[in-house]
Amino acid sequence: MLHKPATNTGTDKAAAKKAKLGVKMFFVYTLVYSGFVLIGLTKPEIMGLELIGGQNIAIIYGFGLIVLAIIMGFVYNYFCTRMENKMNKN
Amino acid sequence: MIYEVSNLAIIIFLFIVGLVLGLSFYFARKTKSSASYYAAGGNIHWAVNGIAFAGDYLSAASFLGICGMIAYSGYDGFLYSIGYLAGWVVALFLVAEPLKKLGKYTFTDALDSKFNSKYIKLTASISTLIVSIFYLIPQMVGAGDLVVPLLGLPHWMGVVIVGSIVIFIVATAGMTSTTYVQFIKGTLLVIFSTILTIYILTNGLSLTPNDNYHKFTQTQALITNDTIVSTTDPAFVVKNTRVVDKLIFVKLEKDGVDCWYKLNKKEDKATLEEMLYIVLTPNGEKLYNGAPKSENKFYQVGHLSKIVVDGKEVDKTGPVGPFEFIKTIEKSEIVRFSKKAFTDGEDKITVWYQNPTKGEDVMKPGLLYKLSKAAGASFWDKLNFLSLMLALFLGTSALPHILIRYYTVPSQRAARKSTIVAIAAIGFFYVLTLYMGLGSMISGALDVESSNMSAPLLAKTFGVGIFSIISAIALATVLGTVSGLIVASSGAIAHDFIDKYLQVEMTDKAKVKAGKMAAVCVGIFAIILGILFKGMNVSFLVGLAFAVAASANLPAILFLLFWKKTTAKGIAWSIIVGIVSSIGIILFSPTMYDKYGLIPKDAPIPLDNPGIISIPLAVITLIIVSLLTQKENHTKDFSK
Repeated sequence: MLHKPATNTGTDKAAAKKAKLGVKMFFVYTLVYSGFVLIGLTKPEIMGLELIGGQNIAIIYGFGLIVLAIIMGFVYNYFCTRMENKMNKN
Repeated sequence: MIYEVSNLAIIIFLFIVGLVLGLSFYFARKTKSSASYYAAGGNIHWAVNGIAFAGDYLSAASFLGICGMIAYSGYDGFLYSIGYLAGWVVALFLVAEPLKKLGKYTFTDALDSKFNSKYIKLTASISTLIVSIFYLIPQMVGAGDLVVPLLGLPHWMGVVIVGSIVIFIVATAGMTSTTYVQFIKGTLLVIFSTILTIYILTNGLSLTPNDNYHKFTQTQALITNDTIVSTTDPAFVVKNTRVVDKLIFVKLEKDGVDCWYKLNKKEDKATLEEMLYIVLTPNGEKLYNGAPKSENKFYQVGHLSKIVVDGKEVDKTGPVGPFEFIKTIEKSEIVRFSKKAFTDGEDKITVWYQNPTKGEDVMKPGLLYKLSKAAGASFWDKLNFLSLMLALFLGTSALPHILIRYYTVPSQRAARKSTIVAIAAIGFFYVLTLYMGLGSMISGALDVESSNMSAPLLAKTFGVGIFSIISAIALATVLGTVSGLIVASSGAIAHDFIDKYLQVEMTDKAKVKAGKMAAVCVGIFAIILGILFKGMNVSFLVGLAFAVAASANLPAILFLLFWKKTTAKGIAWSIIVGIVSSIGIILFSPTMYDKYGLIPKDAPIPLDNPGIISIPLAVITLIIVSLLTQKENHTKDFSK
């Protein structure tokens, strides 16, 4: 009663390195996200302070978290693809 | 609220349903094996799968629920957008590729890949089923809400129609048709939400949302010895007053009809202000603003009471840019409609009173989740907020119907790339939710009986054409997401439980048949739940599904991937504790007490979101049980 993958994905020699990079990037994002939650919990009034261009911290931080996730996704993919191309050459 | 049915809306809806059913027929002929039924043969292109991910994820909760929450509670609704998207970071960085490598068709396959354990098969299949059902409820509620204005049918009929179409989609072609339905829906949703946002910005802000917007009346109250004796308008007769949470509501009679006003005292002036109200009489009759629903006296609401641009008050702004729109709202004042319920003799009264709110308060957290001391935030209020943000962050990568999409692509690289496409599409959409929600809040588009309808009703203020398209896409949104959920549920029943756990001998054809039968049963169950949970905000309900998923599934996934001492029993017990504790807290929460008809303050657990307790409990259980069962820890990679 084995559970084989739906498709044969082959051996990925870059898997360990990619996982390490993933964990590091996860912690970076978690830190930024935690900052947002922490401000909401401890100093919610700060969220209303105007920062740039008439926008308050809540808007800039909220939009920032969304944009950061997208940028980090592309950066992660760039490095992973490079690792795969390099380490799985042979 | 009474809605006029639009023929165009019906035509567009039928076109989309026809397209979806056509796709299902087309792919049904190709769906012969269990690999194609559960995982679309593992051959979907990563870009298509990425948008299909977005289609899966941008459910009724995102489009209807979040926009509705922002429309009523401002930035607090946007917290859901932020949290939902952040969850994808966990999926991309930690879960996507390893899960693709380990699994076959379902989330249970991946969890069990190193152990071949009966405990895991049973608990993970139950967990998949429970999370999927929790997620199904809001989708079906949303379907019912949409059908009311779109097709002029009652709520329950909407649930039945959507349920039946979805059962057909899934039972014919499984994951292949579901993927393409999601792809089409995801694309349309992002495109038309962008168009709707452009409409909002082009329209700008105005003190008069539209020509038909109701003008709320006021009259002066004459008070003697702290008692309202009459009003300056002789047509009104004062009948009664009710004090609810320090707010004073006054029952007046005009032309033989009872009506409710709110008393506002400012210095030496006492003003009675018109409200929206529903009276439920003991004989079951429901009166909307003093008349039966058919008389159409119940208005759509939501407007600005003050617009400030560059320090000056203006009546309207004209077209604005995306940042200018937010900035102007922040400086202005919005009239929200807040709800209170009380009794008057044997009548049950629900009122929605005008609640002028500063734009700066709308544009930061605090209207829904009390966070500051000034707002009277308690320890439990703060814990609720923390719990919600934790569940949203950790829930995404634990949703079975999202995880099974990793098996529809051919490689780990494709799994990663499709996740990034999903993050980009979903992130862009979530930015738009803020504009659609705020647009609804100020455009006289709100139906106070259903926050879920805010975005489609906003579209209606721009014309029947855009309303019809948006509503039809919203229905397609529900169709797509429910399809994915039913595929996940049928996989849990037929593949994980019957095939793997009970080890019933079946041919591949019989496995597909079992999956289809399971899909029909889950679909019927979802229809019943959709009818029972009518009226609840769909995003709130999905938040609960996230909490259950994050508690039951995520610790198991992460520890399996990153802790070598994890054992089969550790995983199984963590799933059990995660499910029981999260559902237990939900069942005894203030929101559920309100749903039972009890007083929310009497709820034994003052938390609405269980994650902050149930997730750590599941983690602790996994660690303790794994350490206690190390002797049984003979792991092997069964995925190879």
